[in-house]
Amino acid sequence: MAAAESYPDDLKYHREHDWARIEGDEAVLGVTWFAQDALGELVHFEAPSTGANLASGRAYGEVESVKAVSDVIAPLSGEVLEVNQEVVDAPETVNEDPYGAGWLVRIRMSDPGEVDSLLDADAYKQVLAEQ
Amino acid sequence: MSTTLLRTPLYGRHVALGARLVPFAGWEMPVQYEGVIQEHRAVRADAGVFDVSHMGEIEVEGPRALELLQSLLSSDMAKIEPGRARYTLLTNERGGVVDDLIAYRLDEFRWLLVVNASNREADVAWIKEREISGSDVRDVSDEYALLAVQGPRAIEKLGLAPAPWNTFQEELLDGVQTMVNRTGYTGEDGCEILCMAEDAAQLWDAVLARGVTPCGLGARDTLRLEACLALHGNDITPDTDAISAGLGWTCALDKEFNGVEELRRIKSEGPARKLVAFTMEERAIPRQGMGIAGGGEVTSGTHSPTLDVGIGMGYVPSEQSAVDTELEIDVRGKPRRARIVKKPFYKRES
Repeated sequence: MAAAESYPDDLKYHREHDWARIEGDEAVLGVTWFAQDALGELVHFEAPSTGANLASGRAYGEVESVKAVSDVIAPLSGEVLEVNQEVVDAPETVNEDPYGAGWLVRIRMSDPGEVDSLLDADAYKQVLAEQ
Repeated sequence: MSTTLLRTPLYGRHVALGARLVPFAGWEMPVQYEGVIQEHRAVRADAGVFDVSHMGEIEVEGPRALELLQSLLSSDMAKIEPGRARYTLLTNERGGVVDDLIAYRLDEFRWLLVVNASNREADVAWIKEREISGSDVRDVSDEYALLAVQGPRAIEKLGLAPAPWNTFQEELLDGVQTMVNRTGYTGEDGCEILCMAEDAAQLWDAVLARGVTPCGLGARDTLRLEACLALHGNDITPDTDAISAGLGWTCALDKEFNGVEELRRIKSEGPARKLVAFTMEERAIPRQGMGIAGGGEVTSGTHSPTLDVGIGMGYVPSEQSAVDTELEIDVRGKPRRARIVKKPFYKRES
């Protein structure tokens, strides 16, 4: 089942429809409810390798539905510590739980100062309202 | 350039159902209602209904209608009796496919051609240019709506008696006068129902009330690709010929029609490339336009909900077109392994 629309207050957002959950010097990244809804049921996650270095604002992977493919943009820079194998094996997990079980990667931030440039939930909802 | 999208008589029904509407061939069409994969599964396991009223209908009438169609279409139309239908090709002088269509012989001197929405105007112009006295060609698309009801339980849910494939009959369906055609584009049993445009909403409501799932064009594409049914504009075009596309069975090479000499030549010499079906051996989804190593190109690709793997069709050089041949698809710069398989990917048990 698809999740209901939500944008949790404890997350940081990038205007390309990605979220980050900050945990010390690490961050968990994923795509927002809006992104998964626009794509439809995901059938493929082209994941980065563990150890890969992400650059904020740049694509680090792809998510694909039956009809469309979309780059996943890194909201923060850092090294990939872990890829969510559950999503690789069952990409629809992202549709079911985009902020929980449907997380994509965990990184160690290389520039924690970048967090300040991300949007809070209200600012991101404003971005969506303008689309 | 901005153009106004056309809407079928069922547009309001699609909006009310919460469909996601997208531009398709100049029309605003539902790509999905609940989800492509669940709609796909509804058709494979039960019954689904598609609004395909955007498709074109061309009527060809007159004592020389048969003669005209014989010269333009690839099949031997003389063998089609009234009450029968046939999938056939409108070909150009190079043997290329102007369009693929289903021709219904309504009676001795009257035919209905159901053509692709994106080619409707080109087809009408093509046929009218070649019209002969004693044949009258009319675009009647706006008069009709067309619903495809497909799936193993489609016929039963509509309360229809079984009938052979490629036949059609007039039926009164829940009070609506219709022409029910035993045809389809999903690889399943079912029918395509033609009715007057003003009756479309009543028919749609009646079909849904019979427990048939509304399905969008997204599922229509995954279903047809699993069944290896060609999509005009992707797998077949005015620049590709029927023999290379594996549609030689639609061509009566012993009669005269547009492009037949070229098709005979390709048939006797063997095509330089062939349209093959392949499944991905790595996690990746092939898409139209991707390169195939060795000089091929993907013409259709998707994720198969039935097989849960990336599938596609594409042209490859004939010498590397045998079943089991390994292919390498260029997926946005990354080489991904695929293997040629026997067509179709999915075949219903009958």
